[in-house]
Amino acid sequence: MTLAVEGLRKAFGGVKAVDGVSLSVAAGELLALIGPNGAGKSTCFNMLNGQLRPDGGRVLLEGRDITGMAPRKVWRLGVGRTFQITATFASMTVRENVQMALVSHARGTFDFLGALADRHAPRAMELLARVGMDAQADRACGVLAYGDLKRVELAIALANDPRLLLMDEPTAGMAPAERVALMELTARIAREGRIAVLFTEHDMDVVFAHADRIVVLDRGKLIAEGAPADVRADPQVRAVYLGTGHTHGVGA
Amino acid sequence: MLENLLVQGLSGLASASSLFLVASGLTVIFGVTRIVNFAHGSLYMLGAYLAWTLVTGLPRGHLGFWGGVLGAALIVGVVGVLIEVLLLRRIYKAPELFQLLATFGVVLIVQDVALLVWGPQDLLGPRAPGLRGATEVFSVRFPLYELFLISVGPVVLVLLWLLFHRTRWGTLVRAATADREMVGALGVNQRMLFTTVFFLGAFLAGLGGALQLPRESVNLQMDLAVIAEAFVVVVIGGLGSLPGAFLAALLLGQMQAFGILIFPKITLVLAFLVMAVVLVVRPHGLLGKAPSTQHAAGPVEPLLRPSPREVRLLGWGLLALAVAVPPFLGDYALIVLTEIAVMMLFAASLHFIMGPGGMASFGHAAYFGLGAYGAALLVKHFAAPMELGLLAAPFAAGLAGVVFGWFCVRLSGVYAAMLTLAFAQIAWSAAFQWTELTGGDNGVLGVWPSGWASDKLTFYYLALALCTGATLLLRRAIFSPFGYALRAGRDSPLRAEAIGMDGFRIRWFAFVLAAVAAGIAGGVFAYAKGSVFPTYMAIPRSVDALLMVLLGGVQTVSGPIVGALAYTWLHEQLMRLFELWRLFLGGVILALVLFFPQGLAGAIGRRGGRE
Repeated sequence: MTLAVEGLRKAFGGVKAVDGVSLSVAAGELLALIGPNGAGKSTCFNMLNGQLRPDGGRVLLEGRDITGMAPRKVWRLGVGRTFQITATFASMTVRENVQMALVSHARGTFDFLGALADRHAPRAMELLARVGMDAQADRACGVLAYGDLKRVELAIALANDPRLLLMDEPTAGMAPAERVALMELTARIAREGRIAVLFTEHDMDVVFAHADRIVVLDRGKLIAEGAPADVRADPQVRAVYLGTGHTHGVGA
Repeated sequence: MLENLLVQGLSGLASASSLFLVASGLTVIFGVTRIVNFAHGSLYMLGAYLAWTLVTGLPRGHLGFWGGVLGAALIVGVVGVLIEVLLLRRIYKAPELFQLLATFGVVLIVQDVALLVWGPQDLLGPRAPGLRGATEVFSVRFPLYELFLISVGPVVLVLLWLLFHRTRWGTLVRAATADREMVGALGVNQRMLFTTVFFLGAFLAGLGGALQLPRESVNLQMDLAVIAEAFVVVVIGGLGSLPGAFLAALLLGQMQAFGILIFPKITLVLAFLVMAVVLVVRPHGLLGKAPSTQHAAGPVEPLLRPSPREVRLLGWGLLALAVAVPPFLGDYALIVLTEIAVMMLFAASLHFIMGPGGMASFGHAAYFGLGAYGAALLVKHFAAPMELGLLAAPFAAGLAGVVFGWFCVRLSGVYAAMLTLAFAQIAWSAAFQWTELTGGDNGVLGVWPSGWASDKLTFYYLALALCTGATLLLRRAIFSPFGYALRAGRDSPLRAEAIGMDGFRIRWFAFVLAAVAAGIAGGVFAYAKGSVFPTYMAIPRSVDALLMVLLGGVQTVSGPIVGALAYTWLHEQLMRLFELWRLFLGGVILALVLFFPQGLAGAIGRRGGRE
């Protein structure tokens, strides 16, 4: 298993945002983490990448305990990530953004006499070509279309040869056609590179078309897990999503 | 002994009151408009001068005195409104630092206007009628006026509290302090709100100044002296918090009153030490809250590119001129050129942390001055030669950068800038008060270059080589992996962390690099002038650096160089030609802020049709 999560818990005040969630992702597998608003997806996600410290439970990356590790250390162990609202360096070009990730990976951040232009430029172009952004390599990240920014983020996330990709709503804010293209690209890259991918997503078309497996959260608890067809048929999942369940008097 | 303590405690309370008046205005203005009003000290000074004029001009007696004090405060309130309407209203959307620059322009203008109207001599005001004498407090004689002042602080606090909690206007002010955009979205007339808040803030500052009249002489140094203390109070209390400001004013007043008894040598340092400690323990001040809502993401920074070819050619051309022409120039021109070279490096060093690093420093002169003292003290105490002194300069400054930087880069925005100011004031006070080591106000004299460089022309070439070399290295560093990493942390801390970058260590190292560069500038400056004084680390010099960087444009590479050239030249010419050079400089600053918000280099770049 690339990623194994055991009994993860987090409470804010009295609210149990994540309550004993366990899951695992294998190399080359795309696992979707879904659930209605407030189900605990983001909290769960932020504990995996180190932004939040869990109250209990363990996060194992290829058998190594990374629970509560700082995000930058988690990244060093081979975890790439993309954000729900894209985060790139606006005052740099597309290529420079990727170069920075490569520089950091090679531990060359504190070199203050060399020129960035000479650092890892060919490798950056390779990565950009993989996500189809090589033609725009010299444009400023600050002026890119949103869908293109998502691709740049993917290239950045791939810069450290990750074993695991964490993608928070990878297709949020994109046009439907772009969504399909980005997810197909992600799936191809993951399978070719044997990279485990864990993503959260609101768009059910994307989830059912691209995920190998799906984990469903509701109010902090895992309520279903399995292949897309099984999850789609699960009565509890249907209840949660269609709102017919009597347990949901109060909207989340 | 006990009586002594009591007197100290009471006089501490009296100072706390006046400090609170100034600080409360500052904090209310900041809370609502997010403007750090450097000119607040000037309003305080104006209040004192106007009160002097009114009180001495009006018939003696209660009406004359109290009417004069109140009248002065009201006039200052109107001045505040004028500043808001004519100047600040036009630049609310501009970057924070431009607003600061604009208010500093006002400081300069008010200084010269006060000089023009009231003259350079200290003015003594009359005692307050009815409060002339002293009274016995627990068998200790204590001036009545001080007791009156003690009561003013709490009374004003209560009045302000009522104003903010019992009136609709006050509710709006509190709402705007908590969340400005939300209030705007609710359809509140922001213009009116801002203008009235400025009136109140200026009125309080004016009142604070006017009430000082019976206590101390009115002079032209009041503005910067009080603004530094008021900043400390506001920051310790938490920006925007009135009770915080009151608490901090009490704390500071007592610290200063008792500090004189316990540590007479470091009274000046004390206030800033307290502030540094508070900010490290509680980064948002005693009662301040972290800014909870930040709706609008910061402005998207433009793509940073090396200067275009023509600009670089122009630069090399200028450098060629700087090498070729000086043999034909006189001593005065050589001195000016040497100073320009030094200022260019000083500005470039500040730009390095401000531009790519996104960290504003209000106290960059600390590293300049520590470089100068690093060299001068070796000369004074060990008769070291110039070569050694010039080596010690960046070392001393860098060491301070390591220590101060460790604290400063933990905070962000205005708080970080205030902490840099605090450290600069600590360094300044140490140089000023530690007479045995530094010679205090008399400075260190006889810091002359070695024999081979003692000729003005040779020394100019040495300065040019060192300063240009270091400036070019800093330029290079901006486009190095490290410079990019620094910018990465500014653009998106989230992404920088997510690709394994340690933002704290990167900013810290940048801070040290900038300190080292400023130290080189300071060392060269010391030998150019032959002497070193505490003023090298004082607020005006830090502001010089800020002005140079902002005039040149923060988000351009050539900005600090253009800014240093323009500013040093302008400064020199104005000082030579006009008695009232501050007035002109202030006017030029205001014009630049209003018409060239991207700085000179930015404006030239835009005219050239570039992005």
